[in-house]
Amino acid sequence: MSGFYINWSGELVAFFAFAVIMIVGAVLMLTLTKVVHMVVSLAAVFLGLGGMFVVLEAEFVAFVQVLIYAGAITILMIFGIMMTHHQAVQHEPARPVHEIVSAVASILLFGILFYAIRTTEFEPSAPPLQAGVDNAMEIGKQLYTQHVIPFELVSVLLTVAFIGAIVIAKKEAE
Amino acid sequence: MLSSYLTMAAILFCIGLYGALSKRNAVIVLMSVELMLNAVNLNLVAFSKYGVLPSLTGQIFSLFTISVAAAEVAVGVAILIALFRARGVVNVDEFNEMRR
Repeated sequence: MSGFYINWSGELVAFFAFAVIMIVGAVLMLTLTKVVHMVVSLAAVFLGLGGMFVVLEAEFVAFVQVLIYAGAITILMIFGIMMTHHQAVQHEPARPVHEIVSAVASILLFGILFYAIRTTEFEPSAPPLQAGVDNAMEIGKQLYTQHVIPFELVSVLLTVAFIGAIVIAKKEAE
Repeated sequence: MLSSYLTMAAILFCIGLYGALSKRNAVIVLMSVELMLNAVNLNLVAFSKYGVLPSLTGQIFSLFTISVAAAEVAVGVAILIALFRARGVVNVDEFNEMRR
């Protein structure tokens, strides 16, 4: 276990800034009552995660994150709310036992994960990956050489999923 | 630095788990599941930089995860809309036809 000495590098400062944004957004998502406000705070979490990917030198993944999560999925959630939930206010649930059991389970899982993270020794056999240079080009090369079969399978999956979504959600013929 | 990212992902995952277990509105449950998937993505990218064998494979895997999550959200919202048309509610504890 490392000591309490903190080296305030730029990465750590950026990490804490984005971590504060993400945790505040996630907690707000759980505590706000209007569903649209929840979606906005979830978008804050997605944007913060995109910033964290930039800190981790994964620029391509960061832009994909912003495009798909903060763009497409957030809009899709807003459409889902508009199509289903017109008053758009989350009622206060009248089941305190269920809430307490859920909270205890989540905190227990976090305790286990935190214990495992703190006690495991991660010893990299190589220096940290410097992926910042030509990140998108390297990812493209690997996608079309090593990972070409999963890549094509994902395209088939996306096509099937979107056609299926249209078929499920379209109005049935009278 | 790796353990900071892993702890951050664990916090996000547990917040998402609590939301998925305790919320009644199905749209919120779907959003919490997205939060958990995001935590997994953060783990993948963090291991891709600081892991035992640093390589780009973690980032590529997170791209696959993101696309599968997009498909999942599209189908999930479509099912919610169809259920709302049939039942008029979106609360997850009232969707219990298959249990009876």
